[in-house]
Amino acid sequence: MRSLWWKVLCVIMLAYTIIGGLLLPVPARFILNETIRNLYFHVPMWFTMILLFGFSFYFSLSYLRKGNLELDIRAVGFAKIGILFSIFGMLTGMEWAKYTWGQPWSNDPKQLATAICMLSYFAYLILRGGIKDEEKRAKISAVYNVFAFALMIPLLFVLPRMVDSLHPGNGGNPAFSNYDLDNRMRMVFYPAVIGWFLLGYWISTLHIRINLFRFKTENTF
Amino acid sequence: MRKISLLILMLLTVAAKAQEAQPEMADTFRSQGKIYVVVLVLATIFAGIILYLVRLDRKISKLEKGN
Repeated sequence: MRSLWWKVLCVIMLAYTIIGGLLLPVPARFILNETIRNLYFHVPMWFTMILLFGFSFYFSLSYLRKGNLELDIRAVGFAKIGILFSIFGMLTGMEWAKYTWGQPWSNDPKQLATAICMLSYFAYLILRGGIKDEEKRAKISAVYNVFAFALMIPLLFVLPRMVDSLHPGNGGNPAFSNYDLDNRMRMVFYPAVIGWFLLGYWISTLHIRINLFRFKTENTF
Repeated sequence: MRKISLLILMLLTVAAKAQEAQPEMADTFRSQGKIYVVVLVLATIFAGIILYLVRLDRKISKLEKGN
């Protein structure tokens, strides 16, 4: 187990999230009721996805600068686990929406924009699957990854805020204002974000280490 | 004076109405202690996943060292 401390921190934060997130007091709201606790689980999925895609973007840029295939392995590892977290975020969001907004898919601007963003990352994997030559695959997919990350920023942070949305923090309201998130919830929400970040990073590093190992021994991945 | 007392009365009725319509939370669930069952189940699943990750991590470390 390499560099143990942050893995221990991850486990402690997530254990606190699960136990405290279900038991500690939350504000009573109409419609939301106890589902307000989903904030500790659904929202950090997206935050983790953004972080992992950010790492992926960074390694794609590094690959384009240095041309080392190990950097490409890192970029694709972070992108894959980021996609895994985006699927978790989408599914948990649809489950939550079913019971609070009335239907799993209501063509909410943020849902639509996120779906486009996910599709652009699925296309990244498909693009990689379609190219046999490793150098060529690394180079083309790195360029595409930079584009996908640049596309994600307006899709998730700009466009949904310019129109009315069912999500809090859209239609002109700042997200996580005192109205959405009171201090009791912050006590769990921030540790939850850190815990899920670390878990996403941990799974990515495992994936990357396997592929780096395969690359060193079998010269393929 | 009458006006003020009338105003107070009105405010009180409004406050009473607001209290009546409380959002429903899982208070019964918690008072019967059954929420702890859910916490236990989630903690078990989480412990299993972490155990798996730790073992996987160790295995990869061993592979890397063996190389």
